[in-house]
Amino acid sequence: MEDGMTAESITIQGHRGDDIEAYLARPLAAGPFPGVVVIHHMPGFDRATKEIVRTFAVYRYAALCPNLFHRYAPGAKAGDAAAAARAQGGVPDEQCVGDVAGAVSHLRELADSNGKVGVIGYCSGGRQTYVVACTLDVDAAVDCYGGRVVASAEELSPVHPVAPIDMTPQLRCPLLGLFGAQDANPSPVHVARMEEKLRVHGKAYEFHSYEGAGHAFFSVDRPSYRVEAAKEGWKRIWEFFGRHLAGS
Amino acid sequence: MCTYVTTTTEIEGSALGPQGWFDVDHAVVYFDHPQDAALEHALSIDFRQRNADPSTHVAVELDAQSARLLARAILEALDLVSDTAHDRPVGSKGAP
Repeated sequence: MEDGMTAESITIQGHRGDDIEAYLARPLAAGPFPGVVVIHHMPGFDRATKEIVRTFAVYRYAALCPNLFHRYAPGAKAGDAAAAARAQGGVPDEQCVGDVAGAVSHLRELADSNGKVGVIGYCSGGRQTYVVACTLDVDAAVDCYGGRVVASAEELSPVHPVAPIDMTPQLRCPLLGLFGAQDANPSPVHVARMEEKLRVHGKAYEFHSYEGAGHAFFSVDRPSYRVEAAKEGWKRIWEFFGRHLAGS
Repeated sequence: MCTYVTTTTEIEGSALGPQGWFDVDHAVVYFDHPQDAALEHALSIDFRQRNADPSTHVAVELDAQSARLLARAILEALDLVSDTAHDRPVGSKGAP
């Protein structure tokens, strides 16, 4: 059984053709393999996120995480880059979509790609996943506790001009949502509103909320880590991606 | 949850980082997920210099109560110096 993988930092072309750093992990076994774009959380393109990317490769996905903070601090440590991005007002949705589009293209162009690419995001990455799934042609999307998918007018900004929930009519792939029942944003009320919107617009979705879990329950290096919720969540991810990213 | 709320204020002074002292001209303050502190949310204060290398900054992450205690300590320290001539507008350094 071949369960080896390779992992390395590479350069891809993101929004407007800009060169940005990305972390790519690929199975060593013979393909073809589906691809997964991993959208990092607000603390940034960090060690924990790269561990998630490698996990996908172990499970026979080519996984790629674009460094959404690269432009703010090329070559900097993850924490310095995250701080620099924060100081400049954060990542505009348009720019994020462009960078993820570059990552999707890169994965589809791999010689051992099966042509299918999904996207998964955690925390702020979950919100960005929702935006991407409503904007780009990807084959499946997983939103892990993305806050501010439901956003009031006061919560919008020049970098986040549209509430992702208002993009729901344009959702173009099946969506898996994984949430903590004790999370404040997205709260159970927010999740219910998302479900209602998805139902009204006839979208394919599957939501799971975990009791005893709040925000960031997948983060193994944070006090928010919840073992049972994370174990169950990963099972849902493998089943969901297995169903929607299998080759034709 | 991600708060996305960030406050930036102009400041004047110096910060001591791993490479020594450097001038600071603004501070970024937010209550959100921390980089390092073992907290779900932290009050982060990032002392920065515009146009400097991204690694040239000094940051702290505090729990909410610690941040309030720090804010109180800052104000108390300033109030102990009763001479209000010390309060100059930011950017007026060196002006008579």
